[in-house]
Amino acid sequence: MRELAYLRPSDPADAVSLVANDPDARFLGGGTNLVDHLKLGVATPGTLVDVSHLPLDALEEHDGGLLVGANVRNSDLAADRRVRTGWPVLSRALLSGASGQIRNQATTAGNLLQRTRCVYFLDVTTPCNKREPGSGCSAAEGYGRYNAILGAGPACVTVHPSDLAVGLVAVDATVVVLGPDGERRVPAADLHRLPGDDAARDTVLGHGELITAVELPRSAHARTSTYVKVRDRASFAFALVSVAVAIDRAEDGTVRDLRIVWGGVAHKPWRATRAEDALRGRPLTEAGVRDAAEAELDQARPTAGTEYKPAMVRNATALAFRRLVPDLAEEAR
Amino acid sequence: METTIELTVDGERRSLTVDTRTTLLDALRERLGNTSPKKGCDHGQCGSCTVLLDGRRHLTCLALALSYDGAEITTAAGLARDGLHPVQQAFLDHDGYQCGYCTPGQVCSAVGMLDEAAGGVPSHVTDDLAVPTTLEDLDDGEIRERMSGNLCRCGAYPGILAAVREVAGA
Ligand SMILES: Cc1cc2nc3c(=O)[nH]c(=O)nc-3n(C[C@H](O)[C@H](O)[C@H](O)COP(=O)(O)OP(=O)(O)OC[C@H]3O[C@@H](n4cnc5c(N)ncnc54)[C@H](O)[C@@H]3O)c2cc1C
Ligand code: SF4
Ligand code: FES
Ligand code: FES
Repeated sequence: MRELAYLRPSDPADAVSLVANDPDARFLGGGTNLVDHLKLGVATPGTLVDVSHLPLDALEEHDGGLLVGANVRNSDLAADRRVRTGWPVLSRALLSGASGQIRNQATTAGNLLQRTRCVYFLDVTTPCNKREPGSGCSAAEGYGRYNAILGAGPACVTVHPSDLAVGLVAVDATVVVLGPDGERRVPAADLHRLPGDDAARDTVLGHGELITAVELPRSAHARTSTYVKVRDRASFAFALVSVAVAIDRAEDGTVRDLRIVWGGVAHKPWRATRAEDALRGRPLTEAGVRDAAEAELDQARPTAGTEYKPAMVRNATALAFRRLVPDLAEEAR
Repeated sequence: METTIELTVDGERRSLTVDTRTTLLDALRERLGNTSPKKGCDHGQCGSCTVLLDGRRHLTCLALALSYDGAEITTAAGLARDGLHPVQQAFLDHDGYQCGYCTPGQVCSAVGMLDEAAGGVPSHVTDDLAVPTTLEDLDDGEIRERMSGNLCRCGAYPGILAAVREVAGA
């Protein structure tokens, strides 16, 4: 590990200027991702600016919804009574991720900005455009089981690993960011980006931009929401694919509004807008949900390693709907 | 860069000088001579380095010691200071280990987990998120899920499960 300076500012604005004015500096949150990368040589900053002690740990009513401070730990967000009833998809997504110990340590902001688990990204002896722009992408021709099937390439074919990020898109969350030029607000759906020809940047944030909070607006669809995660073992594993569904139905069962967001399929949480459009304004049926997923998957480009993903994400989507809508479960039986 | 920090470890206040890159695990083991937390993977994937930090279960391998200046840490050794902790006694009674390498982490994790469950914290397998959990809800599925961050290469899981179930009293 490279020689490292450590700073612990007590004010968010100071933290921002310390990083913004030093290309070699990085924010440190709970450390569960960044400390791992320091050990692996994947991250080689000269200075760490510890933001985990900044007073950004509010979890409070705000504008009819909830304001979640950047330092709220994953375990505390998942366990909050208001989140469990008003935004259950977030509790479900968080509880399906990592372990009890890691959730106690990991922060809201750090979770969103965790980096890919692509095996080549984590192995400094192999080419990887994300770690070393221009060096090539080992995963495109290599071990591809975890690769993206939507919006991939040309520079990078990996997926974003965060479960929380997928849930936040389904509830229309907004990320509050403090930068050298002041505050700005980024919809959770626009935080992460597709790789295009620039694999190095996971998100739209610039160097020195600090996430200070996440805003959760209250909505009928957020209240009826859930998260389904499919993985190689029953617990403590990243998603092969995952699905966040949030739905608001009229008395007669017609879909008033909904969100379908997929994880494990793209470089960002993938909002399945085509699938949503196919279901909005109509009564729900199991067949309708499957057809809607299929319409979205028209754009999918699976490769040899990921041939299993389209069917898996379609079935996981149907399962998520069955969990939320009991009559669908009846129909499927 | 070297900095002096203070940690309270198993009830004892200790002051030590660490490099920025020193993890909490290395600080405990190599600097303070407390070898109760174990280095299994050093990457957050096995749970053997688990301690109780400010009362909650916490890894020490993905933590820089500097960031925890002033923290209060209890290791599995500390839990046994005034005689074995009930969780430790249950591990003995149910053969919750073979080689014992994962055990200190398992024990700290179980103690933290039981506190979480008693405090109403749900898990991935909890059916109804609206109802706060209690220790009585800790069936085998709940215990397995909540302890999934602690791996055991010896496969002593049946004994670990039985031990935790007994302490939970479910
Ligand atoms: C074994 C293991 C299993 C895991 N399994 C899962 C899983 O199944 N699902 C899942 O979603 N995650 C999983 N994780 C990842 C885990 O959720 C993340 O490591 C964690 O959420 C990162 O949060 P942190 O606070 O520790 O971030 P850090 O490691 O401190 O930081 C991560 C990144 O965010 C930046 N950063 C931190 N705070 C801020 C801020 N306020 N503003 C701007 N930038 C900031 C840092 O510079 C760094 O680049 C797993 C991790 C491990 C080790
Ligand atoms: S998929 Fe992305 S992260 Fe993985 S090797 Fe290619 S460029 Fe690197
Ligand atoms: S040594 Fe910390 S989790 Fe394995
Ligand atoms: S008892 Fe040997 S690793 Fe668990």
